[in-house]
Amino acid sequence: MGEFKISSEYDSMWNMLGLNLDSHDALLEVLGKGYADIYLSQKGRPEGMGYFDFVMSEVHGLRIKELVDEKEQGKKIVGSYCVFVPEEIVLAANATLVGLCSGADFALEAVEKYLPRNTCALIKSAFGFKLGQVCPYLETADMVVGENTCDGKKKAYESLGTLMDNLYVMDLPQVKSGQGRDLLRSEYDRFRLAVEELTGVVITPASLKQAISIVNAKRGALHRLATLRQADPVVISGLDGLLANQVSFYDNPERFIGSVHKLCDELEKRIQSNQGILSEKRPRILISGCPMAVPNWKLPWIIETSGAVIVGEESCVGERGARNLTNDAGTTMDELMDAITDRYFKVDCAIFTPNRERLDHIQEMVKNYQADGVIHYGLQFCQPYTMEAIPVETALEEANIPCLRIETDYGMEDVGQLKTRIQAFLEMLG
Amino acid sequence: MVVVDEQGKILDFCQSDTGFDPITGANRILAEVPHDQIMATGYGRGLFETAFDDAQTITEIKAHARGCISFFPGVTTILDIGGQDSKAIALNGRGRVKKFEMNDRCAAGTGKFLEIMARNLGFSIDEFGLAALGAENDLSINSMCTVFAESEVTSLIAKGADRKEIARGLHLSVVKRAAGMINRVSSLGPIVFSGGVANNPCIIELISQKLGREVLVPETPQMMGALGAALILAEK
Repeated sequence: MGEFKISSEYDSMWNMLGLNLDSHDALLEVLGKGYADIYLSQKGRPEGMGYFDFVMSEVHGLRIKELVDEKEQGKKIVGSYCVFVPEEIVLAANATLVGLCSGADFALEAVEKYLPRNTCALIKSAFGFKLGQVCPYLETADMVVGENTCDGKKKAYESLGTLMDNLYVMDLPQVKSGQGRDLLRSEYDRFRLAVEELTGVVITPASLKQAISIVNAKRGALHRLATLRQADPVVISGLDGLLANQVSFYDNPERFIGSVHKLCDELEKRIQSNQGILSEKRPRILISGCPMAVPNWKLPWIIETSGAVIVGEESCVGERGARNLTNDAGTTMDELMDAITDRYFKVDCAIFTPNRERLDHIQEMVKNYQADGVIHYGLQFCQPYTMEAIPVETALEEANIPCLRIETDYGMEDVGQLKTRIQAFLEMLG
Repeated sequence: MVVVDEQGKILDFCQSDTGFDPITGANRILAEVPHDQIMATGYGRGLFETAFDDAQTITEIKAHARGCISFFPGVTTILDIGGQDSKAIALNGRGRVKKFEMNDRCAAGTGKFLEIMARNLGFSIDEFGLAALGAENDLSINSMCTVFAESEVTSLIAKGADRKEIARGLHLSVVKRAAGMINRVSSLGPIVFSGGVANNPCIIELISQKLGREVLVPETPQMMGALGAALILAEK
């Protein structure tokens, strides 16, 4: 498929951002090889994925240059670690929201001076990228938004705040009650004021409506892609579907939307001509659980090289995060802020208690995507998801839906063990 | 390694250490037995598949299930404790794997644990189970980790604890882990016990006592994985 290389000719820009160039070079090399091994080895990929290959090859290059140029024009960059941070509010202030990925181990020794070893890999990765000075998104951001979601993140942001002077922590409710909703609304109001102060831009109902329409369009594109993954035959791999979802967090919205629709047009043609990507029938798997941030491709790679295909993700980087549009019918600031609050309040992350809607959503996805089985993914030390895994498995068993619970981290030492479990699970489905 | 004919009758079997060059070892064994097709299972199955063009593979979960069913048709619970891992497998009434749990991340509760502890106490692996059965009192070992358990045993020896009682305590540690795994996949019915550790009479006795369920052991239990793999291949 030709050589894949992550663009690395931006030394002066990276230097200006304060990156550690040697560590950064090493990271790009590993990332490039990983991407080539995992993504480019796939057969029969839709041509539309070429855009995403390009985005990945320029992941620290062109996209960063775009952000640096925006800053030079006076725009602000806001980094976020969670789908609860409303992109609508950021866009309405003429700023850009970028998801900060935390999908790989880095600088673990340095991280363990700040965090206990028994912390989830996602949180440790966020620290590692900061301590290692290898993330240009982090260094470009004018404001980094943390959130009080799980205990791990809550306490970790206290330390992260000592490493950067632009950390803003958003509080989130734990219960989906009237009071919980009021808290979310008031936190979104507080965030709106903070973004206005950061950017010097006053957010108006008109700019908020405009922002809502852009973010809704992005969601719409992702919904369209997801719907096409429901088809039989399968026309796009789970790895590719995941990548599109991952890229949605930091790519230029308009360009992303256009590229996804182009990909979808191609997939529709494939479905019409019954041109699937698989040469034989394979078990259809739904992944459910913790989000997989870039460049975390480990589990989908194992699943799809073991003879299955992933047809959907019940995850924040996936349908849980992209589901539901924001109602844009309102005309006043209050109505629009309420609409935004209502939309985000529906996300059924395991940090909420109780979280029964998530059980319903998983079963709904099994049906919609014609999944043969569910693989539940919990990061080691993630209490919310590893604890929810048990009632999820029980509920699925009662509904006669095969389920496999996996708990793992970002390391490669347990790949053999995971393959054995996953292959045994697929043998069960066969 | 197990060889079966098309009807599933066992023609030959043998066992040897994997060592540090498993492919050479496998080649040596295979050279002794005429065969038409090979199915590999276990940790090395991927390696085997690369080295032998016509080999197929299957996970040890499905393989152990098939092997055990050939001795005990209708079995719904299998416990396999090998040298390096342990697993509990629940089957539906018709021989299909329904649910499974594995411990393959550490030596606790595996044959390796028993091997190391036997050596520490001066027993051969064959004597160890009988010695443990012969203990008159129970003794609890707190550490699950092989490394820490070793230290704990050293302390107990220094305090003059009875060797057989220590042995029994160590066997009980293994059984507790196995029982936990079994309970998570199945709560009723007899348990078919496979893997090398199923040769240990004390483990058999303690599992049966702890769970209040019958424990059935096939002949040459350590052969169940290879047998199952061969039978699955024969049935294709």
